[in-house]
Amino acid sequence: MSWPTLTKPASAEKTPGADGFIQRWLILEPIPVNGLTESAVQAIVKKEYIPDQFSVIPHDGDTVTVGGADLAWYAVDTKLYNVNLYHFARALGKPTSDVLFWAVTTVNCPREMRDVRLAIGSNAASVWWVNGQEVIGIYGDRQTVIDDGVSKRLTLKKGSNIVRAAVVNGGGATDFCARFLDRDDKPLKEFTVSVGEVSK
Amino acid sequence: MRFGVLATLFALASIALALEGQVGIHDPSTVVLCNGKFYTYGTGGSSLVSDDGWTWRRGTALPRRGLAPDVIHLGDRYYVYVAANIGAQPKAAINMIWSKTLDPDSPDYKWEEGGVVASSDGIEDSNAIDPGVFLDPTDGRLWLTYGSYFGYIRLVELDPKTGKRINLNDQPRDLAINCEASDMMYHEGWYYLLATHGSCCRGADSGYNIRVGRARKVTGPFLDAEGIDMIQGGGKLLIGSGGRMIGAGHFGLLDLGEGVQKFSMHWEADLDRGGASVLDIRPLLWKDGWPVAGENLKEGSYEIESLRTGTALEMAVEGVPVGGRMARGGRGGGRGMFAGTGSPIPPQDAAQVSANWPAGSIGARLANYLCQAQQQWRITAVPNAGGYPGSPYFKITIAGTERTLAATDDAELAVLPAFTGGPEQLWRMDQLSDGSWRIMPKSVPNSKEAVVLSAVGSSFATLSKLDPKSEKQRWLFKTP
Repeated sequence: MSWPTLTKPASAEKTPGADGFIQRWLILEPIPVNGLTESAVQAIVKKEYIPDQFSVIPHDGDTVTVGGADLAWYAVDTKLYNVNLYHFARALGKPTSDVLFWAVTTVNCPREMRDVRLAIGSNAASVWWVNGQEVIGIYGDRQTVIDDGVSKRLTLKKGSNIVRAAVVNGGGATDFCARFLDRDDKPLKEFTVSVGEVSK
Repeated sequence: MRFGVLATLFALASIALALEGQVGIHDPSTVVLCNGKFYTYGTGGSSLVSDDGWTWRRGTALPRRGLAPDVIHLGDRYYVYVAANIGAQPKAAINMIWSKTLDPDSPDYKWEEGGVVASSDGIEDSNAIDPGVFLDPTDGRLWLTYGSYFGYIRLVELDPKTGKRINLNDQPRDLAINCEASDMMYHEGWYYLLATHGSCCRGADSGYNIRVGRARKVTGPFLDAEGIDMIQGGGKLLIGSGGRMIGAGHFGLLDLGEGVQKFSMHWEADLDRGGASVLDIRPLLWKDGWPVAGENLKEGSYEIESLRTGTALEMAVEGVPVGGRMARGGRGGGRGMFAGTGSPIPPQDAAQVSANWPAGSIGARLANYLCQAQQQWRITAVPNAGGYPGSPYFKITIAGTERTLAATDDAELAVLPAFTGGPEQLWRMDQLSDGSWRIMPKSVPNSKEAVVLSAVGSSFATLSKLDPKSEKQRWLFKTP
């Protein structure tokens, strides 16, 4: 597997980039869907395509069956602030238009952190959950803008926190970025991300 | 359309709001805070006081009546400078009186005489009335300007420890001519001399207007924006008549701190009050090194746009394109994608699209402005809910509906189904020096922290701790 901007994780934990971006994710191969409006995207992400969709913590190489097709989870590191889903899907020979990508990562905090906000961008629409709570939804045909969607103030637990995203693309490019902002709206950097064991 | 109906429509389109309560005054002093209340004193012993700067009531007269007093708070004293003619103008003297407080209910309320600080003998080229006292923030020196149409506006130095004239024998400096009601202020390396030109005291026929010149030194020369010295009658207009108000005069700086400056003045004739002379308070803006008179927010329908992100505040519902969704291949059968429908598409009003809006409380966010109903806000003054210098509290509702913007108890935003009058649904708008606005709730439930509307990300608005330097906390009210 060879992606221009993505690599297989080679360490157990990764610190965020200089600007706090989360650069390690588990991404599921795309699911065909249609629609970018708020109501369409909300209906799409609330439909259970995969078992335990909102709580599953997958591992690199796990597969699920969706609409008769086997889809695999891949652990990836991005070199950039964003995860390029177009590159991801194309390299796997999968469609890039009218698709839904699920992404999951575990954020490890050294202590409880209050009044932090998840701040994301996506191409195109996306819905985000932190520890099972839906915290952001942005809709329509849009580009990935840093800190486009921002959540209300959240508390990250000491230890593991699960961040889950559903990114829906129409046509063209597709990618996303995510980071946390502290109570002064500055990027949070005091955490690591992990995706569990990565197959060789 | 008949004239009467048209006139009413224009009146409703931009209702400027004048101060509330008893605001009759002539030649008001600088407005000064004492123990949380605002005070101003005018000609003939008039005095106004306010708990919030919006609703005013008659106050206690000074023991020394006269013309156009000015006030300053220095250390633990309030110094008042008040002029009186001695016989006929231009023979006059300015006396200083002082008290530890302006609050007549305080045990410390006691006026002491401070003596004459400036005078005119009836022959020299000045009429020693209309004092304006100024503390130079760069060096702590205290100055008095004074004068009227007979001769010059003059400058003398006072002692900041006593409020008295440092040396009654020193020669006053001539600064300006053809004006009165002078006052000085300092801003970013320049001294500004404000003065009122034109005629007072003729009701709606008063040509009174406030002008300004600036200098690098407190002693001048004060030039206007055209380079004309105020000693030759120069002066850049700060504010003249407008709307229902005629004859602007007697500038006084009201610096509320944290990036908000306002100024007090009077209008010779408030047409809505039968042409009475009244107090007003307006925002003070700065542009290219010159002060500019701002406007208090008028009621109306607006797009509320973040200065930082360029996105607009909206109620978080799915938007409908104005005119409805475009079918694939364009509208109007065969016209093509870019040709339009062939006839004007009416504005989207809430009634057309609100059937799909959930009942109950809805979130707020920022989005690309698309002229949609959930992005248009009606700003309405709330009667009897108090205010702040220059303005009442407003409610902010989705135009055409009762849905009202409110602060939540976790310092976020919600759009409630209806306005119920709680302080979390009342909004204060202060214009900042660049013309943009700070928007803050009267209070947040269960919180004492002052928070303001802030654009955290391109698509999200919240309430954050005040940071006067932050662009995220600046907003524009745009015609929708």
